[in-house]
Order: sequence, then structure tokens, then C-alpha cells
Amino acid sequence: MAQPTDDARHGHAEREAARRRVRANWLLSAPALAMLAFAASGPLLIMLVYSFLTPGDYGGIVWKFSGEGWFQVLFSRDIFDETVGLADAHLTIFWRSLELSILTTLLALVLGFPTAYFIATRPREQRALWLFLVTIPFWTNLLIRTFAIMELIRNEGVINSILLWLGVIDAPLQMMFTEGATLVGMAYVYLPLMVLPLYAAMDRLDFRLVEAGYDLYATRLQVLRKVILPLVKPGVIAGSILVFIPSLGAYVTPRLLGGGRNMMMGNFIELQFGQGRNWPLGAALSITLLLVVMLALVVYVKNANKGGAGHG
Amino acid sequence: MADAARAAERPKRPRKPFSVQRMPGFATVAVICFVALYAPLFPLMIYSFNAGESIAVWQGFSWRWYESAWANEQVKEVTIRSLVVAAFASGISTALATLAALGTTRTASFKGQTVIYVMINQPLMVPEIVTGVALLIFFAMIKVATGYTGLAYLIAAHTAFCIPFAYLPIRARLEGMDKTLEAAAADLYATPWQAFRRVTLPLMAPGIVAGAMLAFVISLDDVVITELVKSAGQDTLPTYMLGQLRRAITPEINAISTALLAVTVALLTAIFFLSRSKE
Amino acid sequence: MIQSADVAVNVAGVSKIFGSGDQEVRALDDVSVAIRQNEFFTLLGPSGCGKTTLLRLLAGFEHPTRGEIFLNGTDIAGLPPNKRPVNTVFQSYALFPHLTVGQNIGFGLEMQGKPKAEVEQTVDAMLKLVRMEALKKRRTSQISGGQQQRVALARALAPHPEVLLLDEPLSALDFKLRKEMQLELKRLQNETGITFIFVTHDQEEALTMSDRIAVMRDGKILQVGGPREIYDRPAERFVADFIGDTNFLRAEILGVDGDAARLRLDAGGVEIAADLPEGAARSGAVTVVIRPERARFLGPDDAPPDGESALDARVEQMVYFGTDTHYHLRLGGDERFIARIQNDERLARAPAEGDSVRIAFPARAAQVLKD
Repeated sequence: MAQPTDDARHGHAEREAARRRVRANWLLSAPALAMLAFAASGPLLIMLVYSFLTPGDYGGIVWKFSGEGWFQVLFSRDIFDETVGLADAHLTIFWRSLELSILTTLLALVLGFPTAYFIATRPREQRALWLFLVTIPFWTNLLIRTFAIMELIRNEGVINSILLWLGVIDAPLQMMFTEGATLVGMAYVYLPLMVLPLYAAMDRLDFRLVEAGYDLYATRLQVLRKVILPLVKPGVIAGSILVFIPSLGAYVTPRLLGGGRNMMMGNFIELQFGQGRNWPLGAALSITLLLVVMLALVVYVKNANKGGAGHG
Repeated sequence: MADAARAAERPKRPRKPFSVQRMPGFATVAVICFVALYAPLFPLMIYSFNAGESIAVWQGFSWRWYESAWANEQVKEVTIRSLVVAAFASGISTALATLAALGTTRTASFKGQTVIYVMINQPLMVPEIVTGVALLIFFAMIKVATGYTGLAYLIAAHTAFCIPFAYLPIRARLEGMDKTLEAAAADLYATPWQAFRRVTLPLMAPGIVAGAMLAFVISLDDVVITELVKSAGQDTLPTYMLGQLRRAITPEINAISTALLAVTVALLTAIFFLSRSKE
Repeated sequence: MIQSADVAVNVAGVSKIFGSGDQEVRALDDVSVAIRQNEFFTLLGPSGCGKTTLLRLLAGFEHPTRGEIFLNGTDIAGLPPNKRPVNTVFQSYALFPHLTVGQNIGFGLEMQGKPKAEVEQTVDAMLKLVRMEALKKRRTSQISGGQQQRVALARALAPHPEVLLLDEPLSALDFKLRKEMQLELKRLQNETGITFIFVTHDQEEALTMSDRIAVMRDGKILQVGGPREIYDRPAERFVADFIGDTNFLRAEILGVDGDAARLRLDAGGVEIAADLPEGAARSGAVTVVIRPERARFLGPDDAPPDGESALDARVEQMVYFGTDTHYHLRLGGDERFIARIQNDERLARAPAEGDSVRIAFPARAAQVLKD
């Protein structure tokens, strides 16, 4: 019998079948990918092109190459003598975005860690319900939740009313339109994004390891620092990045709570497409924001892979 | 001597049993968090029933703001627009996500699989403001080229960012599904189409329904992308509310918010129970 | 190959290779076996021996890289699972969770396009066969593991397949239920007259249930035979070792007469008679096996009865097992031997640790191995 050729033929047939399966997988995914390419990924490339064009007088662009968009991200020219200087206003906005995003992340971590731990230590049949309680605000309208915070901290809002009624203060505290308001609002809005991955990590935590820690004379704080924290570190990083990314690109919350003077990146970008009428600058700013986010994502993916290998 | 021995035998004051899982203060912080997540919503909901014009001074219970919102032609218009966009977006995105989930789960890993994952999850990774601005630019080009300024832009944008949300529960459902079930169907004389129709599809149905609902909620709630993509006069409920929030606020906004919250929570509760009905 | 009407399944020179290049795995290597009509045939072997692959080839979930598979004379190697008159009982049962017990059982018939009335009738008959009439309308998640097992059986039997394939169907059940289901399976096979091909790694299960057993290892069938034959006359070291406990002793062949040989054991130089399987060496050094329960103690002054052989040994350790005791013995020449002796109060004096004893075993209790 001509077995080698037989083998080769069968091998070929199997490879052919595998190739067919892969083709089917691509065909099934194709409609979704086409939609995403049309209305999500593709436009990003066009935006990249726009960042190198010249702004039109009434918004839009003129099809003429210009590096000005990118130049203006960091620098400004004096109107009169054309001297180049750092664009202080822009830097302030970048710094505020970064600062508020980091503070939001830390605040969410400080609040979210005990909360996730609390859920993970409930009896198993209760956990889904507690988790659901975290999930509801996560999926409910961001605008409404920001509005709820507005109502609390407005000059005529609930907090000021109560404090005035108690006689703690004589005049309402100005809480709206401050960086603090944006910070509290974002922490409130993004807290579930911290709790969910933290919980996922803690759910996998083997409490026999905690028992072993106590058995070996560790105090509660030592167990927390030396046993629990290292084991749930992937969850901490995942949660932090999941909060950091939307904070950095936040638009609604800083606009409503921070007001015009406390703009963040998101509002600044939008401005370029509204009153600013500088689309190339807006495009360049968007890509800058995207790059920072991608950097955070790379950290996240690296961390996730490491975590995965550690668990496997 | 004897007394001392007896004293040693006597049980010491009762101590709380040592709990391995307890961390001092954690439960307190957690309870504060849960309260803080929900507490701000209550004044909002309560004032939607205020008889007065203020959202700070309580003047008795009334349905007037619900009635006024219901009678408000503009609210009606934007609500219908929101529902239309959400219905199209969730329907289309769920159909596309279902196909993609079938193509990407329970298969031997293949070249380019990561590309598909990245593309599908891209709307989750890119900040909304960036996607919104990119769409603004792209759709402006198309508008100039074709002259068409209808609702299709909004629907397309919503469909795209709804895909990952629809995809997630469907994929989770499929991955939790025993592959031998389809093998069993084939063994019992079902053709591939029959196996899909009679076994795979019914089993993944809860995932599809959950995905569609999630997509609906996400589309209904979107502010940023809609704000940037919409043409003049294409406000949806959230962008309408955003505009109103910058003006003098009346409890009408509270009424609309409360109604929207109720719809969202109802859908989420349905999803919660759907995902629990594993068997 | 001779196609006799007696053969239900004929596997001819089948190989199955997964992957290619460096990752090539030869799951089945030129396997040929003929399975008879109405037979309870067991594929026995450790995990990774290829038994499940062979079953999946028969079911149609995999296709052979080389070779042919005949079902009642027809080559089915290229047919998809839904075109084969063969049904499977899956290890995990694979019951459809969205269907009731009755709908599960009727699924195959429905797919075959049988009229509703006939489906109903067969489903009821099947429920009766596996004694589950009361649970027809239940969801499969609402019944116990043993009941799920019965439903899986009924579902696979309902379309009355020519061959029923069972992939370790009892492995998920606890000990008592497993014993019960073994009898149940045997009864079902008798009542339906369908050829059963049963895959297991549990040698005891294989011995108690099968008409014939194929012992597999590394993608090859080592030996096919009835349970008694496989147990008493293992042809290879692996078969002897895998099934039951056994003693391996070194020996030299003195002479051969047909399928019997005269040997001299290295231990003590005693001469014994042993069975010689086909294909075994006919001279020189060989290994023989003797099952522990074949040995018995001789009194200090007893001579071995006619035809029996006797060995001197010393008791090193005794392990009590309730019905019997295992004596770990050391023979001359440093070889070890385990004797399993039934506990009997009437026995004059049981040996103790450290005692010198004489053991005897009947003629041809020993078997020469091929390897």
C-alpha cells in the first residue's frame, strides 16, 4: 500500500478542513468587523489625517498639510512677535486631567477595595446580589448620576440645605464648579469599575492561604499586606486602569460639575470642534489622549498576561 | 492552689470567635460605599414628585412634573428618537455580535483571532470623546459628499459601540456551553443546521436576550458620542437633558431621570435573572 | 478482510494522527478489530491509550487518517455522525438542558423525521425500559446523576441503533450506583440485543460486564479476548499488570509441547509447567506471571499434589483485607511473590511474619509472557 501518499492526502484533507473552519470564523465575524471599521476604528485613521491639515475658518479643514495642529498641542505663538512659548493653558488642562484621573483612581481604590473584599467574603449565595447592587449604578445613565451629585452639592442643594438648617454654616458652601466636585463626581461615577475587577480577583482568593498566614503568626495588617494584596494585585491594577481610562477622557462629569474653568481633556477636545473651530488641534489632542490610554492598556495587558501565567 | 486551678478552669470572658475573613473597618467602608452609590439618587427621585417648582424646597407630593414631561412635545420627540435609535442599534448590534460570537468562541485558536477581539472590544478601550470626535469628522465628510443628514449616522455610531456590550454576554453563554451537546445532537441524526436550530440557538438565547438588553441600555444612555455625532435637531433624551441641565432646572428633569432610571433598572434586573437561569 | 454476517463492526488497519510535524500525535496506530453482533465489547486501557479516539471514529466525530471502518459490511469512515446508525452515551451524558426527559429521549427519532405518534410511543417504551416513567416531564437538571445516566441510555437506544457506543458512562457515579448500573447495562444489552461498545479504564468493570475485552495501550490493541482469557492468560506484561494483581517471575524454558512449556524458575530452581501464548519465545529466558490467588500454603511436611509445583519462601509482611490476607513473600534468588490466601478459621495455623513457608500452585497456573 502506498501509505506515505495516503498520509499526505489525509493530512491535506485535514488541513483543508481546518482552513475551511477558519474561513467560516472570519465570515461570521465579518459583518461585526465591517460595522466597527465603518463607525469606530476607521474614523480614527481619518482623524489622524485631519490632525495634519489646516483648520478652516468656520470649523472643518482645508486640504492643505500643516503641522500646526500638533505644534499647538504644547506650544503657542505670540500673536504679535511670533515668539514660541509653551502653551500654559493647555499644560494646565493636561495636568488637571492627569491629576484628577489619578486622584479619582486612588479614591476609588480606597473605597472599592474594602467593598470588593466585603462582597467576596459574603456567603456564596449572597454574592451575586451584592455584586448586582454594584452593577446597577454601573449601567445606569452617567448623566443622571452626575445630575444626582449636582443636586447634592449645589448651593441650594441637599448638603448645603442640611448644613444651613443645622446652623453649621451661615452661607452655602461653593462646591459646584470646583475641581473637588469633579473629583467626587468621577469617583462616584466610576467606583463600580474598580469594584468589579477587584471582586473578580478576590473571588479567586484561596482563604486557606489567609488561614496559613494567621497560623504563621501574622497580624491582620500583615496578612493584608503580605498575603492578600500580592495575590489580588492583578485585580488592583485592572481596576485602577479601568477607572483611570474613562476618567482621563471624561466629558460629562467635568462639564457639569467642574464648569468652564475646570476643563479636562475631554472638554478641551470638544471645544476645538465647537467654539474653538480648530479641528486639526482637536484631532491631535484626541490622538494624544488615545496614545496615553493605549499606554495604560499595554500595562494592563502585560499585567493580565502575567496574572494569567501565575494562575495557570 | 485549688482555687487557682479552679480559676484557670473557669471559662474566660466570652470572646468573639476569630474570623479569618474579617478585616477591621472594611465592612464599614463597604456599607458606606453601598449607601453612597444609591443615596444621591433618592433626593433626585423624591423631588420629581415635588408640587413646587424648586428642586430644593419640598412643597408636597404631586405628579405634575411627570404630567408636564409627558405633555412636553420636545420631550416626546427626543424620547421617541432615543427609543428608535436604541431599538435599531441594539437589534443590529446583537445580530452582528451573535454571528461574531459564533465565529470566535469554542474554536481552535486561529490566526487573526486577536485582531477580531481587539476590533470588537475597541469601543470599550478608546475614550468616548475620541470616538465621538473621529465620527464627527468622518460623518461630516460623508454629509458633505452625499447631502444625507438623517438618523442613520446616529444609528451606525450606536450600533458600533453597542457591539462589544452585546457580544460579552453572548460569548460568555457560548463558552459556558458544553460542546458535547452539539456532538450529541449530531449523533442523534441532527443535521448541522438542525443541531444549531434545536440545540445551540435555544441554549444561547438567554445570552442573546441579555446582550440585546444591555445594548439597548447602553444606547439609551449614551451622551458623549451622540452629542458629537447628531445633526441639528437630532437630540436624544440624554443630550436633551444635558442641554436642560445647563439652564434653570425644574423637577421635570427629575421626573424624566426617574423614569429613565426605572426603565434601566427594570432591564438590568431582567438581565440579572436571565443570566442566573443557567439551567 | 472476510465479511461474515456475524461481524457488526470491522475496524481495518485504522490509524489516527492528530496535529502534524513536531506536534504529531499518533492516537491510533494500525488498529484492526472485529466486533461481533450483539456483543458486549469493551475497550480497556489507561487514559491516552486511544480507546476514546477509536470510539469517536466509530461515532463519526473524527475521521481516520488511514484505514477503513465497516458497519455491517458498509464502509462508514467518511460518513458524518448524523448519517450513521450508531448512537453514543457520553461520559458527561450531554443531556439537552433546555429539553425535558421525554424530549431528550425523543430527539433522535424526531431528527429522523419519525411521525409524532411513533416518537411518543417509543419514548414511553424507552422510559419503561429504564424505569423512569414518572419523570418524563422533568427537566434534566431536576433529576439525580443515576437518573441522568438512564436518560442518556434511553436517548441513545431510542432510535434503535445498530451499535451503541458508551464512553466511560459510569465514571461519574458513586460506587454503589455504579455496581447497580453495571447490572442494568448488562440487562439492557440482553433485552435490546444491540451491540454495545463500551470504553473504560476500570478493569473490574470490564471483567464483570464484557463478553470480550480489547486491552489497549499507546494507540494499539494488545490483546482481545473474553474476560477469563484476558485475566488468566495475559499475553503481555502490560495486560497482566493492568488487569488485577500479579506476580512476575523470571524463568528459563526447558522444553515446549504445543501451547505448554516446561520452565525452570530462577527463584529456587523449581521446575513448573506454564501456558505458552502464540508468538511467545520458545526457548531461553522468559517472564511468567502467576496470579496471587492461585497460590496456597502447604503444610511443613506435605508434598505437592501431582502436577503442582512448590516453592520455598519467607513471609516478609502480611496485610489483612477482611476476606483474605496478602502475604508478601521473598523467594530464593531475591524475587518477591504476593500470595492472596482466603481467611479461614479452620486453617490449622496461619503463618506469621518471618516464618518460612512452602507455597504451591496448580499446573498451568503460570503463563509465559510474550515480552
